[in-house]
Amino acid sequence: MSTPQSPLFGSVADVAQRLADVGYLASTAVSTTVFLADRLSKPLLVEGPAGVGKTELAKAVAQATGSGLVRLQCYEGIDEARALYEWNHAKQLLRITAGQGRESWDETRDDVFSEEFLLPRPLLTAIRRTEPTVLLVDEMDKADVEVEGMLLEVLSDFQVTVPEMGTITAVRRPFALLTSNSTRELSEALKRRCLFLHLDFPDADLERRIVLSRVPELAEQLVDALVRTVRVLRGLELRKAPSVAETIDWGRTLLALGLDTLDDDAVRATLGVVLKHQSDAVKAAAELRLN
Amino acid sequence: MTSARAPEHGLPGHLVEFVGALRLHGVAVGPGETIDAARVLGALDLVHREHLREGLAAALLRRSGQRQAFDTLFDLYWPAALGAGSGAVEVPRVDDADDGPVDVDALRDVLAELLRDGDTAALAELARAVVEALGRSGAAGTGIRGVNGQPSWSAYQALRMLSPETLLARIMAELRGDLEEGSFADEVLRREIRDRIAAFRKMITDEVRRRTAEMRGREQVARSAVPKQAEQVEFLSAHAEQLAQLRRTVQPLARRLAARLAVRRRHAKRGRLDMRRTLRRSMSTGGVPMRPAYRTRRPGRPELVILCDVSGSVAGFSHFTLLLVQALREQFSKVRVFAFVERADEVTHLFSPGAELSGVMQRVLREADLVTFDGHSDYGGSLGGFAEHWGDAITSKTSLLILGDGRTNYRDPNLAVLRRLVGVARHAHWLNPEPRHQWGSGDSAALRYADVLPMHECRTAAQLAAVVEALLPV
Repeated sequence: MSTPQSPLFGSVADVAQRLADVGYLASTAVSTTVFLADRLSKPLLVEGPAGVGKTELAKAVAQATGSGLVRLQCYEGIDEARALYEWNHAKQLLRITAGQGRESWDETRDDVFSEEFLLPRPLLTAIRRTEPTVLLVDEMDKADVEVEGMLLEVLSDFQVTVPEMGTITAVRRPFALLTSNSTRELSEALKRRCLFLHLDFPDADLERRIVLSRVPELAEQLVDALVRTVRVLRGLELRKAPSVAETIDWGRTLLALGLDTLDDDAVRATLGVVLKHQSDAVKAAAELRLN
Repeated sequence: MTSARAPEHGLPGHLVEFVGALRLHGVAVGPGETIDAARVLGALDLVHREHLREGLAAALLRRSGQRQAFDTLFDLYWPAALGAGSGAVEVPRVDDADDGPVDVDALRDVLAELLRDGDTAALAELARAVVEALGRSGAAGTGIRGVNGQPSWSAYQALRMLSPETLLARIMAELRGDLEEGSFADEVLRREIRDRIAAFRKMITDEVRRRTAEMRGREQVARSAVPKQAEQVEFLSAHAEQLAQLRRTVQPLARRLAARLAVRRRHAKRGRLDMRRTLRRSMSTGGVPMRPAYRTRRPGRPELVILCDVSGSVAGFSHFTLLLVQALREQFSKVRVFAFVERADEVTHLFSPGAELSGVMQRVLREADLVTFDGHSDYGGSLGGFAEHWGDAITSKTSLLILGDGRTNYRDPNLAVLRRLVGVARHAHWLNPEPRHQWGSGDSAALRYADVLPMHECRTAAQLAAVVEALLPV
């Protein structure tokens, strides 16, 4: 079943190194699972809170391996026509009209269901590409359950069946990455076909390095204070714990405001950047004695 | 002395044992996943233990709540070291004797220093060395040694001896410098140190578990010492930390329930054929019914009245359920919350939208008038008082939800009043956190109440979610 295909990465350390080269600092968990997803050629299902870099990971893998990124953004109501392929009806009609009277029905029928009239959507595109490809199925949990069923064939065998044409099998297996915010539980059938990675908030040291690489103008001391504060905020029982994206935003805000220390006033003025709910802000202020 | 016996079938055999242990703890791992895990073993360089941990987790786990159980079992089945390990950290001994009792004060000095610097690796080393030293030699001034010359590993003793919490003030004083006491930065620092101390406690516990497993066999330790997944924890026996962890799962749980409900609504939208409107429509097409009309279903948004026991025994369960209801607020047109212990009182104002809910149970107990005499729950009295003062809260549009274990402390259960309330309400349900087989035992009037209205067993969050989902209106 599996065609021998040269792996993208040589070792776990190689993954971490090459992702870092393109600006994505990966934890051990991330680099190990990316390495395994490549080695075992299984899709990778990444789950975790918003803003920890799930989509970024796909982009970084694409960039690090020089692959093309094919993205399928899921939303409620997405269907085969948006995800897999669609027949170009208008063009088919035109073709039939043009051929009228000159050729038999059989000829016309065979012709209108050919490659030329097929509009490939992301999944089919990814399967048919001959260059290395990263297939990103973003926010899988937003799509309806029926879409998962459709994905099964693509993800387990890397093939798509078009009833009129037959089965199209991947020439070169794409590196598939699915993301989910777990607003709903994905089906067991889908999960079984994937390697599972729960992407959580990074540890302090990694987060410090991430912020420094994203906002290099910030003083190291300030980044340190930022990260420590954010970690304490995460320890509170908040409705939405701040994630890495918020830490970076906070850093940018401080930079824009020209603040160089994180004292009480600075925190009070900018807390809204990290805490998006009023009740969270009130709670944090009370617990951390900001009043 | 160790149980580092080779498994019968080498590495694959060991993997299968590990998978078996995972299954025992409610992580559903199929043979397909086990094969994946075996391929992971083949693809990875086994020298890196953390790579192995993450790789196996990727292949075997399917949801994030399983991670804690996995980590604990992983440490038992793929230990970092055998025996005392190769510790570089020296534990200070009295009189610097090699095997002498541990010098606790000096040890605390070392610990304070490491906690101050936040040196995680060194702390882990220290935890290992401390468990080893205390288990073998005991501390100065205490005669603690293993029974029958066997070393004894005890997290409780080690932590009591070190009592790392008491180091907080000292470390704070060293680190504070020119920070103002009680300021924001000071508070952040305090919490940070506290987290480090908690992490160290966990290191000690983990290390003790590992050493015990070596001595008594990991199967035995795995059975008792592995944390349950949050959803499987029983409300009535959960400790504070587990309850806090549970509360963190409320929002995602509510979101999942709401999403599932939306799907159910979509599927239920197509109603039955509406003959009258279909015939009326057919007038415009000469009496031929071209466009059938269907009855549309209105989404029912009932009023919800919750009557919950907040006495100590079931407070954790009530809190969690109230949080869940709060998160599902949009599904109801109006929610009124009443709490009772010995008497009932309305606490709806504490659950207004956007209110801060983490300390809400304390506020309920403090601000509402719930206790008259001894603080033991009195179901009959509370039901009577509720019917008397707020009886008009229950109307034919109301769904009534009662939370409690039905343990009346041998007082009158007041079934007549409850029967009247249930008769008025549109729906009435009772959620009981006790296991079903205990209903009706001792002072429990659960079975008698269950005659009046449907009672559901809600021992765990998973059970509660299933019950709530079934009760939500489509």
